[in-house]
Amino acid sequence: MSEPDSQAGGTVKKFLYINRRAPHGSNYAQEGLEVALIGAAFDQDVAMAFLDDGVFQLKSNQDTAEIGTKNFSATYRALGDYDVKKVYVERESLESRGIGEDELMPLVYEDEDDDWEEKPLISVVDEAELREIIDQADVILNF
Amino acid sequence: MSIEIEGKSYETDEEGYLANLSDWSHELAEAMARMDGCDLTDNHWEVVNFLREYYEEYQIAPAVRVLTKAIGKRLGKDKGNSKYLYELFPYGPAKQACKYAGLPKPTGCV
Amino acid sequence: MSAILHTVNKSPFEKNSLATCLRLSLPGSHILLIEDGVYAAIRGGSMSDDLKRAMSDRTVSVLGPDLRARGITEDGLVDGVGVVGYDGFVHLAAESSKVQSWM
Repeated sequence: MSEPDSQAGGTVKKFLYINRRAPHGSNYAQEGLEVALIGAAFDQDVAMAFLDDGVFQLKSNQDTAEIGTKNFSATYRALGDYDVKKVYVERESLESRGIGEDELMPLVYEDEDDDWEEKPLISVVDEAELREIIDQADVILNF
Repeated sequence: MSIEIEGKSYETDEEGYLANLSDWSHELAEAMARMDGCDLTDNHWEVVNFLREYYEEYQIAPAVRVLTKAIGKRLGKDKGNSKYLYELFPYGPAKQACKYAGLPKPTGCV
Repeated sequence: MSAILHTVNKSPFEKNSLATCLRLSLPGSHILLIEDGVYAAIRGGSMSDDLKRAMSDRTVSVLGPDLRARGITEDGLVDGVGVVGYDGFVHLAAESSKVQSWM
């Protein structure tokens, strides 16, 4: 919380959700996703960053049928519907884990003003870009 | 809490949302609507069915703004607006329709 | 019949459970990666070389259901890593002198 709350007139703050945990070994990922969606439903300006083991959250083809948990990886595809349009994935984290960019879920949002055309949601960014993204957020939440 | 229909009991949370998605049936949806004094018309079913499909695909019950936009895309702008949806579901389109659809309370609803 | 089955259930990028397991397991033992432990076996990941070295005298496998939950395919694994199901896990445990869980 880097700024005072005394902003009248509905100034929209920039929220950044930093996700650093793998999806199925703990509840952090699922809870972080829900909190981000709730924030977005309340018209916050929401960006999400996935780094360290958080990049595994966006791996395509996750199928939890055999481990008996809810397959919440499908829910990331709703981010576009909630008007989250900034999803950053750190390149260095992908590389050290052997995950290619093409192995991430192809998340998109549909541009209402452009005949519902699907546009990509994920930007793979490097460390230097991520430093700036973190620097420019008003509020950062960690999961 | 629970709902009783035709001698069978179905578990719900304190606001009347079904505890088990798999308990849902058309009859149960109609029974829940009747308890709210609401008769489900084709227009209601359109929204309820849409929500069930949305949940199937995304594993989440959409917030009202998301529902409105998605309905607009699917069924046209004359249905994708809050006036139309609030007329159908006066207790709040996402909240009330999700209940009849057997889904949990929408993510982003308080 | 006397070898130990070592299981590792943490991501190697978050905890050193696998590194410690690799340091402290004897030749002939079996290492089974489960839950977030399976992330270590992705080909091209930074643990690849350590696993290959371990497989010169130990066997390494991963639990299939945990692999599929995480969207990792069998052909995307480090060469030489086997895949077992829940039945295979039980079998390995029954065949081993004991099970050491690195958590």
